[in-house]
Amino acid sequence: MTSTDLLLQQVINGLSLGAMYSLLALGFTLVYGIAELINFAHFNVFMVGAMVAMLTLQGFGLVGQETILTGLPLVGTLLAGFAVAMLVCGGIGVGIERVLLRPLRGVKGPAAMITTIGVSYVLFNVVLLTLGSDAKNFPNPLPPIVWHIGGAVLRLREVLIWVIALALMAGLTYFVQYTRLGKAMRATAQDPEAARMMGVEVDRVVMTAFFLGSALAGACGMIFGLYYNLAKVDIGFAAGLRAFTAAVLGGIGNVPGAMLGGVVIGLIEAVSGQTIGTAWTDVIIFGLLVLVLIVRPAGLMGRLAPNKS
Amino acid sequence: MSLDILSPQNEPLLQFRDVNTHYGDLHVLKDVNYTIAAGEIVSLLGGNACGKSTTMKTIMGVVRPTTGSVLFEGQPIERLSTSARVRRGIAPVLEARRLFPRMTVFENLEMGAYIQPRGAGFNEDLERVYSLFPRVKERRAQLAGTLSGGEQQMVAIGRALMARPRLICMDEPSMGLSPLYVEQVFDIIQAINRQGTTIFMVEQNAAMALQIAHRAYVLQTGVVVLSGTAEELRRNEDIRHAYLGEMQVGVAA
Repeated sequence: MTSTDLLLQQVINGLSLGAMYSLLALGFTLVYGIAELINFAHFNVFMVGAMVAMLTLQGFGLVGQETILTGLPLVGTLLAGFAVAMLVCGGIGVGIERVLLRPLRGVKGPAAMITTIGVSYVLFNVVLLTLGSDAKNFPNPLPPIVWHIGGAVLRLREVLIWVIALALMAGLTYFVQYTRLGKAMRATAQDPEAARMMGVEVDRVVMTAFFLGSALAGACGMIFGLYYNLAKVDIGFAAGLRAFTAAVLGGIGNVPGAMLGGVVIGLIEAVSGQTIGTAWTDVIIFGLLVLVLIVRPAGLMGRLAPNKS
Repeated sequence: MSLDILSPQNEPLLQFRDVNTHYGDLHVLKDVNYTIAAGEIVSLLGGNACGKSTTMKTIMGVVRPTTGSVLFEGQPIERLSTSARVRRGIAPVLEARRLFPRMTVFENLEMGAYIQPRGAGFNEDLERVYSLFPRVKERRAQLAGTLSGGEQQMVAIGRALMARPRLICMDEPSMGLSPLYVEQVFDIIQAINRQGTTIFMVEQNAAMALQIAHRAYVLQTGVVVLSGTAEELRRNEDIRHAYLGEMQVGVAA
């Protein structure tokens, strides 16, 4: 492999990681934009999504990488995996908001944020106690199709990940830009009091943000499994922290910013892992986070929030 | 004398009955009574921190009265959510406009119509706003945050009209506007009123407010100290002195 091929390969890998980080970052950014809250439960909602997707695929009789499907059965199985993971995670997100966070709304200080950390531990330990701590073989029914681009290899799973991530992001963008509830979300993010005075029910908007963000985390869990062929109880932390960095990098609260930030972090992780060494990945990514917070605290595409009166 | 304008066919649209509000220990409105009849323009005058904005927030349900009641069309509304009040027909023009800055002018108008079912009525209302404010139509695709203060105020009033309100509550509609725009905004308020919408407006610019209002209340540290027709208040010495900027010779308090 020439160095160009290596770089191309790392770009392919980076875009796949980036697709995951973008989807996950959107959850942080949606909830922050509406509720001004960092939802640390998001890390492990994503992990639960991977587990639920795995159980769903196993429910179809798939074990590991032995069963290869094509055509309609493949599409149907994948759709079912995504749908179940997204609905379960969306439901968990709504549950967290409705049961635990809504009573804390209007409480000053970090109570709500700390509650989300607590929920994160609960999710982690529930999965640990029921499914165990070992790395699980995530069923992957994709046919082993590969394309060679020069010396680089592009696998079907990567193309699939990109297509699905793009479709989800396009769907979210459409929702936020053009639907009535989406517009109410944007209005609430920009001025919650004024939005309320237009007749917007803020409770519904907050719940929608949690549902959408958590459902995207569920989809991301399924993608993670298909990409790595594994699911494990501790996958939430590393991916979640990178996605959070991506959200801050793009400008927390900013939807296109989260998408861009995710791709940037994915590319940095892949390319620096190749050229500098994977041992340095965390140093580089979190060094970048610190740098962004110092130089451009509002992020690449963010604006500093206006003072709310 | 001050209630002469309430002829039998003009039912009270909004009433405050002995309303008290508190922020923590701070007693803001003290046994306040207002009656706004359908079809009127009523102005609320007063200095800073006298409870004018609290009055607006109490009408919209952002602040709840500790005692007393707020009636709209004869029904108590003080326990209703803000959203429910908007649905009943009360729309705000907020202090400092408060448009959604990163949404287009058109989207801001859509947000005004949030409680209305989207249909033929929407386009009718939109045309009405555009005909009142040709400038708003020109700017419809622009982000609201990029407009001048005067243009923003037009969008803010247009946004309130999109809810088809029976009552519009305006908080300082002339604040921060150039004299030319102030004139225009007050003309528009009168035009809207003539088309049948009742207006309750808080205003620092007492001279202008008393030119277009039918009646006014004067609030001082949370107490209604004076009320009457605009005509009466324009002639009132205290008002001339305190709010209309006319210096009296030889007055020493």
